[in-house]
Amino acid sequence: MNDSFLFAVLLLAPIFGFLFNGLRFKNKNYKLAGAVASVAIGVSFICSVVLVIKLVAMPEASRAIHVHFYNWIEVAGFNANAAFVVDQISAIMILVITGVGLLIHIFSIGYMSHDDRPSKYFAYLNLFIFNMLLLVLGDNLLIMFVGWEGVGLCSYLLIGFWFTDQEKAAAGMKAFIVNRIGDAGFLLGIFFLYVQFSTIEFSSLNTLATDLAASGPLGWSHPLVLACICLFVGACGKSAQIPLYVWLPDAMAGPTPVSALIHAATMVTAGVYMIVRLSFVYMAAPQVMTIIAVVGGLTAFFAATIGMTQWDIKKILAYSTVSQLGYMFLGVGVGAFMPAMFHLMTHAFFKALMFLGSGSVIHAMGEEQDIRKMGALKKAMPITSATFTLGWLAIIGVPGFSGFFSKDEILWFTYASTQGSKWLWVVGVLGAGMTAFYMTRLMCLVFWGKSRVPEGTHPHESPASMTFPLIVLGVLSVVGGWIGIPHVISAILPGHPPNILGHWLEPALATANLITTSAVVEWSLMGISVSVVAISGYFAYTAYIVKTDIPEKCVKAFPRLHGLVLNKYLIDELYFGRIINPLIDISKGLWVYVDVNFVDKLTYIASDFVKSIGRLFGSLQNGNLQQYAMYIAIGVVVMLSFILMG
Amino acid sequence: MLSSELLHIGLNHYLGLSAVIFVIGMLTVLLRRNLIVMLMGVELMLNAVNITFVAFSSFNQNMNGQVMVFFVMAIAAAEAAVGLALAVTIFKHYKEIDISAFEQLKS
Repeated sequence: MNDSFLFAVLLLAPIFGFLFNGLRFKNKNYKLAGAVASVAIGVSFICSVVLVIKLVAMPEASRAIHVHFYNWIEVAGFNANAAFVVDQISAIMILVITGVGLLIHIFSIGYMSHDDRPSKYFAYLNLFIFNMLLLVLGDNLLIMFVGWEGVGLCSYLLIGFWFTDQEKAAAGMKAFIVNRIGDAGFLLGIFFLYVQFSTIEFSSLNTLATDLAASGPLGWSHPLVLACICLFVGACGKSAQIPLYVWLPDAMAGPTPVSALIHAATMVTAGVYMIVRLSFVYMAAPQVMTIIAVVGGLTAFFAATIGMTQWDIKKILAYSTVSQLGYMFLGVGVGAFMPAMFHLMTHAFFKALMFLGSGSVIHAMGEEQDIRKMGALKKAMPITSATFTLGWLAIIGVPGFSGFFSKDEILWFTYASTQGSKWLWVVGVLGAGMTAFYMTRLMCLVFWGKSRVPEGTHPHESPASMTFPLIVLGVLSVVGGWIGIPHVISAILPGHPPNILGHWLEPALATANLITTSAVVEWSLMGISVSVVAISGYFAYTAYIVKTDIPEKCVKAFPRLHGLVLNKYLIDELYFGRIINPLIDISKGLWVYVDVNFVDKLTYIASDFVKSIGRLFGSLQNGNLQQYAMYIAIGVVVMLSFILMG
Repeated sequence: MLSSELLHIGLNHYLGLSAVIFVIGMLTVLLRRNLIVMLMGVELMLNAVNITFVAFSSFNQNMNGQVMVFFVMAIAAAEAAVGLALAVTIFKHYKEIDISAFEQLKS
């Protein structure tokens, strides 16, 4: 099969599913809708696998399959093609998107079985996959931007899927509006890059930026640096980083599989992907990378603190996602592009797993999301509980599980890269400790300990269509990390497993310079982070299972701090008080003083003038026949005298 | 000489008479309120023009003007018939013949 055909099928299969379900959106047959949607994604997944196999067979230095469909925009001096590329980076992405996407589609069949608009739901989901594929496969920034906007649209549609609930509809709009801010930045970034390089193709951008960087450091006002900042604003919006993270926790209003697919595994990682894609461009602007690293580190830290105090199972996972995305940005900020991609992948596995697990729990509990009303679900839901445990071990970074390898790589780069710093490493380790705390707390309150399930609710294990994806993702959460085992660990393992992912990505990515250190330093840093995780996990276990009065005491000891964190640092209130409401006041002022009193007045004056002139001439036409005759007579006299006189 | 000039009836006399009759007719149309009288004014204007035609025809030894007069008389007759018919209908409808009663055409 030739490449264009594979690409066409890969991209068009989800569109076919979207059209099939979208055109019969009132149909309530959830099995048919789900089956068609899943098969469409399954076809895409097969195409992705075939493409990746082809890629593997190619020589290492030139691993990329380019496909050019047609010239999309052609004007003087500007050229954008409908061209796509699969290389080392997008290969990982399409496997994750179609693979995890397929599992989530299958899960959704069970989850949405009680919903009365399943066709619409699956249509949106397929449209999302199509746009996400556009985003990652696009060969230039404009195609990526189309996908970028498309996933934003689908995210909005799916967050507000149950739009009859006003709060959920508002959450959808919040996500959309916050993303607009980021998207404006993204667009400006594209403009700046075009101004500087007169091209928007990734490969040429990366080479040109490398050449430019070789000629010396760039100042803050250089177009490339401004472009990097603007693109990072776009990434902040899409990937929920400070200060634009506020939409993601609210986005949990959508159906849980949507949270798993869009708001954990794929869409929110688009920002990381974009920066990794432009890694050479970003390497030319080290000052921007410092900003990214600091923002990522702070996001990882603060989102984790908020996650420790929440009671809603999905909110905890949402803040956890924000925090983990912070790690990825910390990674790209210190030049750890490979570990960031690695963490993106492992995070897609274990966070999708946990979101689906929470969906299974919510489904079993009859739409209950408060973890205070759960507990001891281990007995009622053995498969969900077991797979969730794997996700938990992966995210807190227990050695051997996928999260450990990827997070540790990021932390190691943070410490050892010339771009990194020891302070950011400390922030990262503290964040990891808090991650261990809130995830252990979640496990204790939901699956272990005593049951606090209210009378009348009978939690039960979910059907096979829901547990099957959990099992697959559970396995991936464990083994997913084994393709990226760092050198220092593989050196002591039997058979010395190579860092497959590292070798795979190396030719496509920029690499940061590492300060040469000994393996001892790396081992001790690893030891510190693992012990911090272990201590904090043990503490959480003690606090929520053994001595359940500890959390109360802590809250009483620091009531103000706890209140502040519980209320998410009052960031939403701050935004409303300092930005949104003043903006509304200014708009009202503009409306009253500029629009009503100035613009409207001007038009009224103009119309009144025309009206009064009309009235003046209208009075000539008064219906008096003799007066009309008089006009004729006067006209004849005037004309005659004009002719006769001269 | 002057008196003989005055007594001798020439083209200018005819034209002067015609102008006077035309103005009388026009003022009748413009100023009188009675529809019948206005129609009479129209007839006066037409006939004033006829005088001009005939006068020019006679002085120029050209028959075209007299032909034209027959046309005008035929049209005047037709116009009088139609106009009077309208006047009668309007009178039947409004029970009066004053022009100010017919201002319905006003916007």
